[in-house]
Amino acid sequence: MEVNESLALEHGLNKTEYKKICDLLNRTPNITELGIFSAMWNEHCSYKSSRLHLKNLPTKGKKVIQGPGENAGVVDIGDDDAIVFKIESHNHPSFIEPYQGAATGVGGIMRDVFTMGARPIANLNSIHFGSPQHKKTKNLLRGVVRGIGGYGNCIGVPTIGGQTCFDESYNGNILVNAMTLGLVKKNKIFYSKAAGINKPVIYVGSKTGRDGIHGASMASAIFDEKIEEKKPTVQVGDPFTEKLLLEACLELMSGESIIAIQDMGAAGLTSSSIEMASKGKLGIKLNLNKVPCRESNMTPYEIMLSESQERMLIVLENGKEKEAKKIFDKWNLDFSIIGETTETKKIELFYDEEKVADIPVDTLVENSPMYDRKWKKSKLVKKNKVNKNTFKNLKILNVLNKLLSNPNICSKEWIWRQYDHTVMGDTIQKPGGDAGIVRVHGTNKAVAATVDASASYCYAHPLTGGKQVVCESWRNLISVGAEPIAITNCLNFGNPEKEENMGEFVECVQGIGEASKYLNFPVVSGNVSFYNQTKEKGIKPTPSIGGIGLLKNYKDMITMDFKKVDNIVLVIGKTEGHLDQSVFSRDILNIKNGPPPEVNLFNEKNNGEMILNLIKKKFVKSVHDISLGGIIVGIAKMCIKGRKGFRIKKPKQLINEFQYLFAEDQGRYIVEIEKENYKQVMEMLQKNSVHYDELGVVLDKDIFIDDKTKVSIDDLMDSNNNWLKSFMGS
Amino acid sequence: MNSSVIIFPGSNCDRDMDVALKKFGFKNKMVWHNDTELPKSDLVVLPGGFSYGDYLRCGSMASKSKIIESVIKFANSGGLLMGICNGFQILTETELLPGALLRNKYSEFICKNVFIKINSTENSYFKNIKKNILELHIAHNEGNFFCSSDQMKNINDNNQIAVSYCNRDGEVNDDSNPNGAIKNIAGIFNKQKNILGMMPHPERMIDTYLSGDDGSVFFENLITNLR
Repeated sequence: MEVNESLALEHGLNKTEYKKICDLLNRTPNITELGIFSAMWNEHCSYKSSRLHLKNLPTKGKKVIQGPGENAGVVDIGDDDAIVFKIESHNHPSFIEPYQGAATGVGGIMRDVFTMGARPIANLNSIHFGSPQHKKTKNLLRGVVRGIGGYGNCIGVPTIGGQTCFDESYNGNILVNAMTLGLVKKNKIFYSKAAGINKPVIYVGSKTGRDGIHGASMASAIFDEKIEEKKPTVQVGDPFTEKLLLEACLELMSGESIIAIQDMGAAGLTSSSIEMASKGKLGIKLNLNKVPCRESNMTPYEIMLSESQERMLIVLENGKEKEAKKIFDKWNLDFSIIGETTETKKIELFYDEEKVADIPVDTLVENSPMYDRKWKKSKLVKKNKVNKNTFKNLKILNVLNKLLSNPNICSKEWIWRQYDHTVMGDTIQKPGGDAGIVRVHGTNKAVAATVDASASYCYAHPLTGGKQVVCESWRNLISVGAEPIAITNCLNFGNPEKEENMGEFVECVQGIGEASKYLNFPVVSGNVSFYNQTKEKGIKPTPSIGGIGLLKNYKDMITMDFKKVDNIVLVIGKTEGHLDQSVFSRDILNIKNGPPPEVNLFNEKNNGEMILNLIKKKFVKSVHDISLGGIIVGIAKMCIKGRKGFRIKKPKQLINEFQYLFAEDQGRYIVEIEKENYKQVMEMLQKNSVHYDELGVVLDKDIFIDDKTKVSIDDLMDSNNNWLKSFMGS
Repeated sequence: MNSSVIIFPGSNCDRDMDVALKKFGFKNKMVWHNDTELPKSDLVVLPGGFSYGDYLRCGSMASKSKIIESVIKFANSGGLLMGICNGFQILTETELLPGALLRNKYSEFICKNVFIKINSTENSYFKNIKKNILELHIAHNEGNFFCSSDQMKNINDNNQIAVSYCNRDGEVNDDSNPNGAIKNIAGIFNKQKNILGMMPHPERMIDTYLSGDDGSVFFENLITNLR
């Protein structure tokens, strides 16, 4: 096939990029080489629009062992233990084929984690769908949930948490972000940097088929009406093989034979081999006839660009081949020596004894394009004015019931009961709380994890939204008694070639950076997904933040259910009454404009640290952070979980009840304390200038909102539990 | 007491079972599916998971693996053999237990706590157990027990129903049936009651920080009975 500019355009490269390739090679690339360039230079693999801005994120910290740039981030949790974790998107495939798209998303992120030598110990996910009224939503939700469960359940890694959001901006482009945490000993972490010349390059795992060719390029393009035709570019997952691959790799890793290891994810054999060569400043020579193939007559182009799942590339020490092969034979997996490292710093491919590609590695990596795209700054709009008429005809109880059954607030049990969340026997906080918690097997430690996104806030003001998501993650970890350690981010945005979308990206990243720096909560891994757009319509900017934290003793874990009648309940943090962009404003008042709640990092930190201190002193019995729906939704959830009632004291000053109860001001927590600790708690709060309100006391069953309004917990529970179940029809 | 847990490719509750057995005093060994000999055991466990990916039919490939011959021999000579979840499915596929486990009624994977009522205590598993109703965890896609009417007659005649799904108060009714299993059956014995297959996972409920600790009640009782 003749390679020319128009073929390059079909591969998603632009004219300038094609010319650059020809200049770098000093000749026209052949078809295999063009395929390789297009795979390495697309947005998904090269981060060409985002690199410039990601550089500014804080990635270092005392506990950071490995920041961005490897398969996943690694943090120290003491006693020679480390946690490897990352979040990644699989949005485009999941929209086209929800089951396989979501399943392979989970499979891919788990491979990223065990590639580094860690046994996966927990999965989480953040999934965003279109409006519940949209005709595709129900099937997409069902398919995605089954896909996530189908893969994670089979492997036997518990899914301990997540987030589900519905918003019409995802009608034509859903989001599926999967996160995995793995546990590894500090001295047994594996990296992808090749080292040494003439070392065997080994292919292990599943055979290579024609599935997923150009998957990474698809993820770098906008959807149009022909999207259904892209079905063949979605990979097919085989969790059983991945389970075998996991066990086989961990078995091989217990020895000393691996120099470097890299999973074949996006852009398959191409990116894995090039990554290893590039990091090691080496060349790699591959004989493509040795690659185990599922189908006959696969061309070098197809072999290099296939995204077949459950495959790994390993650089081995010389002489260890036999020993390694024995392990893969035991697990019934393919094992093939397909090449070796060289000193040429080139990627050289042979097929039928002919050289079919010859590319200097640095042209693919260091010389890949980087763009300083134009972007537009967002203005902070003025707050909407609130007056008595705003709340005319509204009854608090009606609003509360509506909010509890709001798609974005209601119980997601229908989803997480389809995920095995207890396998491995260490899940001590299940989905449905502020964060999921798993014990570090065989120790007193536990790791908490949460994943959060706030697209409406980010859309209204990206800079504030970016800060807010990081704070929310921090707060969720603190609420379960964990010391926050670090985050991973999955940045889902629209078309970076549009100034508005690029602006959303730049300012969200800036917000994430500011908050994570202030809170000492560094970003250690992540992924960028651009082009989440169908035709002209882009998604709301949606950075998903996956945060992890440590509990030194798992017995100190806190849950959100109210514990004991007569206990006193406080709101920590100040309620200003900010309604714009709250669920109350958007879905009850139908006011969609206005700024998101302000983020005050000083208060955030001060309040959060106070909560951790109170937990340390064992003064608090339950904690829940205040988020969507405000104070009263928080209280209702704590009542439902604990099957207890509550009497709300009328707020003393300020604002009317609606603002007080439904505002989504940031940096707030609800805490339950025993009467006998009241004095000590007050002293601590006052000494540290932490704002608090006394909200009321825990009762036996009913909630008394004011003298006239009373509601039973069972009624609220019905509101909260039924929406999703009846929406999905089961 | 010696126990053995068989590992099939795709087993994923093997470690959890190992942890549980050891916690309650068993000396446990892990046995690879390709082995032919069982170590000396007082109890053999087929653990949960997705043996061979559950691709053909849950448990069917595992029921043909090398080790199974020794497992059958062991059980036929009266040894205690327990299959949990996928292990239960393997036991029906080997026909050591009657019936089959079909897709859950609502075709969804279910992961939650359930209550089960113990129907028979004249066996080594439940003799002298201090609770009649246990709260255990289920996590499966194919737990809907089904059998022919002839098989059901035998099951009833020989008092082979081990445990049934019930509510908190021990009432066995439709509302407490999570997967559509015939007669709410959560677990059954063979005729001699040395083989037990059940869907709930006692190994996931062995301390108060997990979903509960009725699994401890089960294992403590089991090892006491064996001593």
